[in-house]
Amino acid sequence: MNVGNFPFVIAALLVAFGLYALLFKRNLIKMVIGVSLVETGVNLFLVMLGYRSGGAAPIYTFATAGERMVLPTPQALTLTSIVIGLATTALLLSFAVFVHRHYGTLDVRKIKELRG
Amino acid sequence: MNALTVHAPVLLVAVPLLGAFGVPLVGKLGRGPRNVFVGLIAAVTAALAGLLAADFFAGSGAPNVYVLGGTMPLPSGMTVPIRIMFEVDGMSAFMTLITALVTLTGAYFSFSYWKERSGGSMFFSLFLLLTAGIFGMELTGDMFNFFVFLEITSIAACGLIGFRVWLRKSQEAGFKVMTLYTLSGLFVLLAVALLYGEHGGLNIAFLAGQIGAAGASLVDKIALGLLLTGLAMKAGAVPLHMWAPDAYGEAPAPMSAVLVANSQASLYGLFRILFTLFGVGVTLSTNGWILIVFAMLTIFVGVTMALVQNDIKRLIAYGAVSQIGYMLLGVGVGLVRQASLVAGGAALADSANALDYGFVALQGGIFHMLNDAACIGLLFLATGAVVRASGTRDLNKMGGLAHRMMWTTIFFIIGAFALAGVPPFNGFASKFLIYEASFQLSPFLSVIAILSSIMLLAVFMKAFQGAFLGSKAGLPPAAGEAPLGMLIPMAVLAVVVVAFGLFPGFFVDTIVTPAAKALWVGRDAYIGAVLGGG
Repeated sequence: MNVGNFPFVIAALLVAFGLYALLFKRNLIKMVIGVSLVETGVNLFLVMLGYRSGGAAPIYTFATAGERMVLPTPQALTLTSIVIGLATTALLLSFAVFVHRHYGTLDVRKIKELRG
Repeated sequence: MNALTVHAPVLLVAVPLLGAFGVPLVGKLGRGPRNVFVGLIAAVTAALAGLLAADFFAGSGAPNVYVLGGTMPLPSGMTVPIRIMFEVDGMSAFMTLITALVTLTGAYFSFSYWKERSGGSMFFSLFLLLTAGIFGMELTGDMFNFFVFLEITSIAACGLIGFRVWLRKSQEAGFKVMTLYTLSGLFVLLAVALLYGEHGGLNIAFLAGQIGAAGASLVDKIALGLLLTGLAMKAGAVPLHMWAPDAYGEAPAPMSAVLVANSQASLYGLFRILFTLFGVGVTLSTNGWILIVFAMLTIFVGVTMALVQNDIKRLIAYGAVSQIGYMLLGVGVGLVRQASLVAGGAALADSANALDYGFVALQGGIFHMLNDAACIGLLFLATGAVVRASGTRDLNKMGGLAHRMMWTTIFFIIGAFALAGVPPFNGFASKFLIYEASFQLSPFLSVIAILSSIMLLAVFMKAFQGAFLGSKAGLPPAAGEAPLGMLIPMAVLAVVVVAFGLFPGFFVDTIVTPAAKALWVGRDAYIGAVLGGG
């Protein structure tokens, strides 16, 4: 099925929503969600780059002669990026837990000992 | 060339990486064996970096390509390099020297500094992981690997910043820094994806060849913009610096120095992308002016913010931010001048030999990276010793430490004078090159740079007066000279600071000039080493 540029628009929207959440949300957890959204958008973009309609899996014996095979690099990149994303999200959330333990709040307006 | 030298690039990443996972295991045996193990890993890594650099700078200056999983960058019959590779040129070799110096002294300082009962193994594990990531960023020849190493440094660095979970501020800093590091990493990843979509490859040399042959398309320029933003954010250039003072200020003192090396690795990435990946293919002078604007803001904001701090570590941290500006200024002036030389049809190799002011600015910027790593490292270590002795970071509450800590006082003065650009220390040598060259582009630039240096001296005098001078009546009774394990790393850095200040000509000729030439004229050699020809 040909989906045109639609997934690219979705990827851009995901990045935009994520940046919006990062810039305008005051809750640490919502900021983490924002970071995750940006990451998902970039990952979707990577997957889309590797998508070829009608392409075969890049296994030499599976594809019939002359059939277009998909270069697996973007998929490999996306997998790596998802793993890295998991680590960063986990670290961010654990920081949020410790911040809440020390300050008793997740509101960035009240967590401001490091200013100026 | 023996086997060790050949495999040095990959060992530089592999040794600390394996060490990082080995530390928790060895740590089960106790503190002593763990410290020996970490010390050994750090020493071996530094020795490898020294070997790599010595071999490179003694050689012909042609880039070294190290390919994983094959002997050739290009599989037979293909035109797109698909292998993972490290590529070492003058700039990479130079950067590994900086990282080796800072990580080695940081590690040995930490043995005496880290006295907490538990968690030491994890601390050193993160430290070695950060070391591996920084070396990877400096040596890789592949855009995606660059992103992966960038993220390794981000995660390890934030782990170190927020390591002391019992400190309120460190958690706040950790969250903030991790958010911005992740965002900068994603900018880089998006740019890598755009470049891949446009050219179908990830190898820096291959991409540079494509951009050089066809000129930069709109997509390439968007990717360049994203890379500039992402890496400037990771390097802590104003106006994307808000994480930097928190990170340097809240991390354990020896790790602040390593974090500065991490920021410099991002700067290295920025320079590599501007000079090698895009090179003369895009409007260089625009990029150069962007760097100069970043630089002026960074120098000025960094110094003025340092002036108002009362927390000694945060004060030094803002000083570290301002120094990033000098490196950007040198390289920015170099870029602007290179663009006008290329537009005028001049041969770049001749201008380098004739010491054109653009090349001198580039030399100054690069030399300042090494000098800054040595003197800001010294200052952070001295500050760590001061904070341990006085038990506070507030300049208004401490004082009189010079009575008890003679050596730390001397080292602090050396570091402060060097960073503020007072002769005969090393900061003067590189800053003078930058002043001289930027004056020829616009006197305004060098006036701001010199004024900021003078203000920086005032900043350090304030810190010095607050911490070291005054009566010893208010000192805690236990305050004494730092242990030998802390003094020796400081002494090593102080010797480097003084040596580079006394013999700048020798170091500029042997290591800085090859590094600057790698950026100034080395683009074709960098591409040719992978793709052949050239």
